[in-house]
Amino acid sequence: MRFRKHVKNFFAHLLLVILSIIWLFPVFWVVITSFRGEKGSFVPYFWPESFTIDNYVKLFTDTKQFYYAKWFMNTFIVAVCSCILSTFYVLGISYSVSRMRFKMRRPFMNVALILGMFPGFMSMIAVYYILKGLNMTQSLLSLILVYSAGAGLSFYIAKGFFDTIPKSIDEAAWIDGASKWQVFTKITIPLSRPMIIYTVLTSFLAPWTDYIFVSVIMGDNYDKYTIALGLYKMLEREFIVTWYNRFAAGAVIVSIPIAALFMIMQRYYAEGVAGSIKG
Amino acid sequence: MGRIRMVNKDKGKRNRNSVVSIFFKGDFLTKLSFLIMGASNFFRGQIIKGLLFLLAELAYIYYMITAGVSAFKGLRTLGTKEQSMVFDESSGIYIVQKGDNSMLMLLAGVVAIAATALFLAIWKASINAAWEAESIKKQGKKLPTFAMDVASYFDKKLYRTLMSIPLLGILLFNVLPLIFMILIAFTNFDHNHQPPGNLFTWVGLDNFKTLLISNEKIGKTFWGVLGWTLIWAVLATGLNYIGGILLAILINRDGTRLKGLWRTIFVTSIAIPQFVSLLVIRVMLNDNGAMNALLRDIGILGKEEYLPFLSDPTWARFTVVIVNLWVGIPYTMLIATGILQNIPKELYESAKVDGANAFVTFTRITMPYVLFVTSPYLITQFIGNINNFNVIYFLTAGGPLSLDYYQAGKTDLLVTWLYRLTTGSVKDYSYASAIGILVFILSATFSLITYRFTASYKREEEFQ
Repeated sequence: MRFRKHVKNFFAHLLLVILSIIWLFPVFWVVITSFRGEKGSFVPYFWPESFTIDNYVKLFTDTKQFYYAKWFMNTFIVAVCSCILSTFYVLGISYSVSRMRFKMRRPFMNVALILGMFPGFMSMIAVYYILKGLNMTQSLLSLILVYSAGAGLSFYIAKGFFDTIPKSIDEAAWIDGASKWQVFTKITIPLSRPMIIYTVLTSFLAPWTDYIFVSVIMGDNYDKYTIALGLYKMLEREFIVTWYNRFAAGAVIVSIPIAALFMIMQRYYAEGVAGSIKG
Repeated sequence: MGRIRMVNKDKGKRNRNSVVSIFFKGDFLTKLSFLIMGASNFFRGQIIKGLLFLLAELAYIYYMITAGVSAFKGLRTLGTKEQSMVFDESSGIYIVQKGDNSMLMLLAGVVAIAATALFLAIWKASINAAWEAESIKKQGKKLPTFAMDVASYFDKKLYRTLMSIPLLGILLFNVLPLIFMILIAFTNFDHNHQPPGNLFTWVGLDNFKTLLISNEKIGKTFWGVLGWTLIWAVLATGLNYIGGILLAILINRDGTRLKGLWRTIFVTSIAIPQFVSLLVIRVMLNDNGAMNALLRDIGILGKEEYLPFLSDPTWARFTVVIVNLWVGIPYTMLIATGILQNIPKELYESAKVDGANAFVTFTRITMPYVLFVTSPYLITQFIGNINNFNVIYFLTAGGPLSLDYYQAGKTDLLVTWLYRLTTGSVKDYSYASAIGILVFILSATFSLITYRFTASYKREEEFQ
């Protein structure tokens, strides 16, 4: 009996090791390719013949066509601005919907659900023409506006969190003469730390991973690209020979901070969903 | 507490009057407010409030005279004057004479509709305010000052303050564009009717007829792509779901050591931005890519051989489903882990006493429990996969392209086809919009099914 159990455990671990190798294989490949010494794109063998850090250096210094460092900064600026705006929007809407009762509350929630069911980028072309009408295409400001504008629609998780904060706390504060604004800023927000951090991180990560919208807005203005669009460009036929290795290097560099933030976000998500304080 | 609030709400409802009854009950000033907004407030002492209403009215009238009326007219025709070449006698050459731009006219029309709707809402608010001012005066009480009105926007009406700017963003960048695109589905804004060179016009349901019941190439493409979209959604959802649960069970079983390490390894793969991992996998699976090189190195393939992972239609369909497993299983694993830990241990113990083996406990206890808890998740995933743009676009971009299809490839989903029709070299906005509406109908149907099953939606209030 015990022997059978050992055999079972052995095979379970063996399976886990094999699966882990499969899951980490692309990660492993992109790391070794980013250090590959041979130039050009595809080579007929798997293991590189020489290693170098030249790809990383060139990524930042060779700025004739592509400006990786600038793209990184562009994405960073857009991410910071849009995450500040989005967080205010999400908190404002979810608090209103969770804590207040007004005539348009139900209709608003239903409309938000319906809007969410249309394919997101169906309206992208129209957004592009609206931005063109406002003379704002190919600018970072337009990206910030569009990324944060939709944020108000994804209020469900934050609303669920506010629902878990006991109403009795609010009521006690009203009796003491606090206005709803004071309750919101002095009581609810300090109690919602995990939820706020989660919201900040999700909206911070969005611009790093969005490709579709930037590609429509920015066209061929390489100067204003974000990381996602830039990396995609590097693999296009006319650039791939020069940029193949550097694409790998760029992918590694952008992945490290984003993956770290994602892990942190996961933790706060679990904390936020678990609820704040039990009343 | 809840009951008291309910009673208050009912009382509030009884005091609220419809616009029509206010008109019959109100005095002269209130009646005047129907025509001159804010009159009732202004002459009863709420000067700033009255002026603000008047300002809104003047702004709307100004807008209607300068642009609004012609925008509404343009919405009906979408332009009548086509761009043409006219002989210019003074210079002796043909010059381009600018015609109407249907696209801009449609956009202006949508803006005019939105502005009118906004104005009507303000108008209704002004009438309610007029009536309120009158009834407070009648009761002999003092009217609230402007400062008090502002203060109420940080107390009882706080929701209006908090929601106004986010709602403006949603209106401008979500609702307006969406209305615009929905309207385009009923026009012939395709590659033959591109402004400013050409006009396009209303065609009713023609685009839907072409897509759904015509024998044209684009109709055949629609059904083909829809079929693959559904197959893809079923496969991607079902396999990811089963795979994720099995992986979670494998990690959570009692005998497994280093549970945290395994979990971290799998979560790493989803922590990397999706476009990075998918682009990397696309490069690896290229006909000349690392995967084929590796298979040749270890001798599975001959010197000149390669596997057409993404270049052969059938291979490509298998590949995208399998790569999607790589992307999706860790997510399901994360969710299933939490659920598995919540299954009451007694269930397993009593099963053990009854002599059930691992397979029986899995099919009779674990699966029913997990299925019960995750059925809404399953349907959301299904809808998500119908709209799964990233995996398809970054791996194959819909290709390999097919000659039987109109502007679509063998792995194209409806949404990636839509993307190609709006951004590719042949722009068919009308068909793209119609496809978008059909995808919406598809998603909405499945969502409705979900919400029927989800008690938490119906009883949303009770959980607070």
